Amino acid sequence: MKPLRLATLRALGTAALVTAATFPALAQQPAAAPTGATLDAVKSRGTLVCGVNTGLAGFAQPDSQGVWKGFDVDYCRAIAVAIFNDPNKVRYVPTTAQNRFTALQSGEVDLGARNTTVTLSRDTSLGFDFPAINFYDGQGFMVKASLGVNSAKDLDGATICVQPGTTTEQNLTDWARANKINFTPVVIERLEELVSAYAAGRCDAYTTDVSGLAATRSAQPNPAEHKILPEVISKEPLGPFVRQGDPRFADIVRWTHNALLTAEELGITSANVDKAVAEDTRPEAQRLLGKNGDLGKMLGLDNAWAVNVIKKIGNYGEIFTRNLEPIGIQRGPNAQWTQGGLQYSPPFR
Amino acid sequence: MSDSAVDPRLLRPPPKRGMRLSWADERFRAIIWQVLIVGVVVGIVWWLVRNTQHNLEVRRIATGFGFLNREAGLPIGEHLIEYTPASTYARALLVGVLNTLKVAVIGIVLATILGTLIGIARLSKNWLLSRIAGAYIEAVRDVPLLLQLLFWYTIMQMLPAPRQSLNPVTGVFLSNRGLRLPWIQWQDAHSFALLGFVIGVIGAILYVRSARAKRMQDGQPRKVWPAVLGLVVVLPLVIWAGLGAPWQGDIPALRGFNFQGGFSVSPEYFALLAGLVTYTAAFIAEIVRAGIQAVPAGQWEAAEALGLSRSRVMRLIVLPQALRVIVPPMTSQYLNLAKNSSLAVAIGYQDIVSIANTTLNQTGQAIEGIAIIMAVYLCISLSISLFMNWYNARIALVER
Amino acid sequence: MAETLAESAAPRPAAVGPAEARRPPMSVVGPVAWARASLFSSWWSTAITLALAYLLVRWAMGLVDWAFINAIWSVPVNDQGIAQTQACRALEGRGACWAVITEKYRFILFGTYPYDQHWRPLLCILLFIGLYIVSAMRRFWRKELALVWVATLVLIGVLMWGGILGMPYVPQERWGGLAITLILATFGIAFAFPLAVLVALGRRSRMPAIKTLCIVYVELIRGVPLISLLFMASVMFPLFLPEGMNIDKLLRAQVAIILFAAAYLAEVIRGGLQALSRGQYEAADALGLSYWQKTGFIILPQALRLVIPPLVNTFIGLFKDTSLVLIIGIFDLLTAGKTAVVEPAWQGFGVEVYVFVGLIYFIFCFAMSRYSQGLEVELNRHRVR
Repeated sequence: MKPLRLATLRALGTAALVTAATFPALAQQPAAAPTGATLDAVKSRGTLVCGVNTGLAGFAQPDSQGVWKGFDVDYCRAIAVAIFNDPNKVRYVPTTAQNRFTALQSGEVDLGARNTTVTLSRDTSLGFDFPAINFYDGQGFMVKASLGVNSAKDLDGATICVQPGTTTEQNLTDWARANKINFTPVVIERLEELVSAYAAGRCDAYTTDVSGLAATRSAQPNPAEHKILPEVISKEPLGPFVRQGDPRFADIVRWTHNALLTAEELGITSANVDKAVAEDTRPEAQRLLGKNGDLGKMLGLDNAWAVNVIKKIGNYGEIFTRNLEPIGIQRGPNAQWTQGGLQYSPPFR
Repeated sequence: MSDSAVDPRLLRPPPKRGMRLSWADERFRAIIWQVLIVGVVVGIVWWLVRNTQHNLEVRRIATGFGFLNREAGLPIGEHLIEYTPASTYARALLVGVLNTLKVAVIGIVLATILGTLIGIARLSKNWLLSRIAGAYIEAVRDVPLLLQLLFWYTIMQMLPAPRQSLNPVTGVFLSNRGLRLPWIQWQDAHSFALLGFVIGVIGAILYVRSARAKRMQDGQPRKVWPAVLGLVVVLPLVIWAGLGAPWQGDIPALRGFNFQGGFSVSPEYFALLAGLVTYTAAFIAEIVRAGIQAVPAGQWEAAEALGLSRSRVMRLIVLPQALRVIVPPMTSQYLNLAKNSSLAVAIGYQDIVSIANTTLNQTGQAIEGIAIIMAVYLCISLSISLFMNWYNARIALVER
Repeated sequence: MAETLAESAAPRPAAVGPAEARRPPMSVVGPVAWARASLFSSWWSTAITLALAYLLVRWAMGLVDWAFINAIWSVPVNDQGIAQTQACRALEGRGACWAVITEKYRFILFGTYPYDQHWRPLLCILLFIGLYIVSAMRRFWRKELALVWVATLVLIGVLMWGGILGMPYVPQERWGGLAITLILATFGIAFAFPLAVLVALGRRSRMPAIKTLCIVYVELIRGVPLISLLFMASVMFPLFLPEGMNIDKLLRAQVAIILFAAAYLAEVIRGGLQALSRGQYEAADALGLSYWQKTGFIILPQALRLVIPPLVNTFIGLFKDTSLVLIIGIFDLLTAGKTAVVEPAWQGFGVEVYVFVGLIYFIFCFAMSRYSQGLEVELNRHRVR
């Protein structure tokens, strides 16, 4: 290689690299409309893609045969039934706390059903919609009973186990600052790891949503050794979330949830739904079950959509009992409004 | 980069003719190829950047590092510098970098020591010792590090709770909250004494060098140890005594929930360090073994024939030669250890990856978060490479 | 320690010459002499031997107690399908609860793959093992091997996805366990390999722009941990693509692994290219071969042969590194193992699962590492002489 040529090539190479560096500046593009019709994509694909937890007992977890089970999973199945009348037309994508939002933003999943707290910034700046709140929760603390702690205010100087990258972590620091409490955090991303750290005594207290605490407590070899403290330091409304920009799909999610609630309120279960279709004369039951009016059509679904959902999945109470009661979670704030709870469905009309 | 040897054709005077614009001309072809490939790469990069910008705009994700000055609000268990949840993200990330360095630097030192010992044990004449060392190396190398870290962390959790902690010596407590050791209450005098020690060590090194250089000239052996002792030990002691010789013990004691006071090592740090050290040591042991075996037996015989003692043969003849074989692969092991420390995120040690992750999760600044992680590791890798290359050049055989 | 080392590296006592026909006395050969020479040669060595033997025996006894004598192999299941693990909990760590493996081994090995279709990933695992064995045999080191790889990988893809020949379609999210680990590692190496060859050639190229590109690529990737690349694949990659186009999570992780493996492989291959004597290049030039003829027929066949042992080692490293996809939530062997103990009944039996998963990794890596060591000796035989 003679020097001349080397210089030429080097110049060429440099020029190319410089061009490469300046291109991005030129690459401005007008913003396009937000991603369109999720529902169309779901229908043409023939399956609903659901982003779920990688493994959280009671909410989403594969069983020994690899079949996904849980409260959030049942919501995915319910929406699949509403759209396709087939609970098996769902694909589950396990997502971590980190990639759950990107997964939905990028269109990898159609729906997130992953114990996600509704917050203003998630609704607005992350570009999501939270059509429904299917689980009211709050953050609390659990300690070993032998510690002799009766109030969260006594936790000054304690070591607290907390999952990072979630609202739980921020609530904890806010609360500690407000109450002038010093604590040592132990932050572990994977939940089972965190729970075993607490169980082994690595931390004095474990903080997460009260439902999670109850589940953890009941899973311990001796639940009486653990105590959930009375303080609830935050509101944690959990619900499925969808991309902004497809109101029809959001409507289906919202009204599927409401149908589950209304069915429970009206006492319609998977066992008696066929009978109810034939015999129930209450006007709202008739509208819900598609006997009267065109509510299903208004959603862009079959009029029998709610019947199908209730028949194949059950009502809200059945989903709750099936998934959450075995792990020790009580209805509490998630009882029907008629029972003094917060679950309240707008009318089917 | 200097890997391609000088082309002999370069030595000839270049031919006079210019470049022809024809496929038959090698130089023309080279230019076309480069333009083509660079063009393709630039095109792909441009396409990706354009998509990204578009996507960010659509998703209304603000770019930039402005978030660094916002309040972090994330709790960090271990910090070498002052930190509270009210500190900024920038400070939280700095804490993460320091935590990464803390585990990487100490890990490299310990892995080198342990690896060398195991490598020597592997060569031992004692059959049992050599076999156990061999079995250790195989077992550790063939299981993923992540699994080993999880295993170590599980082991740490099997230790007793603080109130039943093991207390082998007064003031030393071992529990599932980690290890607590007595420490002195750190005061300014100690900082100055430490500074004096560092200066003393540098001075001692310079002194020993100049003494050696003089010995090379006149052949007279010089006693260096009194001056070295004075610089390294007496100087800091004098500074400390001069500042009033403060000495206040800080003995850990169980107060409230945890041990208070003393020097503590958290279980997360210990599990990460133990996992990294035992894993890397297995690789280093193999490197050390190969290095020592690469020194021909003739070197031993020749040195013994000169009447040198065995330890001197090892120190003066074998090790310097083995080092030349050992250092380059050792560099890549050090790099691996530093990079593997990023697995801390799996067992809850808050290193830079863990903190940057939480940051990107809370702020949604994915690109910036990952760019920070990559930049930090590139800097660490580059520093290790530069240092080891310098060291390698220093010990390299000076060839004629 | 230096002393031990000095002894070991010092010349051994002269061996008994071949001329001597009589059996040597018992004090020179035989088990007693062997023990004296290799276990009790000095008081220092004796002390080490005794201490180690004591520790070894104690440890082995503890292990046998835990793993076999006190272990529980199965537990009853109640009518709601929930395992009754009280017996295991009562052990309090004195014995292993292998029941968790008996109950969950299919989940650990195959993840969320449809239960009645488990024969497909199983067949894939066997195909992978067969592929490794065929590739390991020197008489198959021919160009046709590449075809065998392509065919096997395509077959594995068909088996896993299904959708034809009466096999129901199984989407990628449902794949899991050991099959995912093998897929990530094998496809990783298979796709990284051609890329690595190009990068290695590029790095030795005389064209400055290409050389710079290759150096930047290799050093950038080798300077950062795999985790950061996986995070990038998991969180950032979706931002890189145009709207509407999205790539599966597994595929994104696979791309990250390929890019990662290619940088390391490129350095290994570059080592082989450098080890080739200049004469080979010059002879090829003298024959008037073009660059690609020279590279394809003369240089690469020799250089690649030289680097097979380090290639196997890189593959072992990659095989272990695939476990990091745990952090981005892909159901590989390790993730499946960890998820298996999420169920409340089985919480707290992580050690048993780690041991099981660790053993699987160990069997694969140990076999490959033994192979690579043997190969190294074999390939270097001509140099030793």
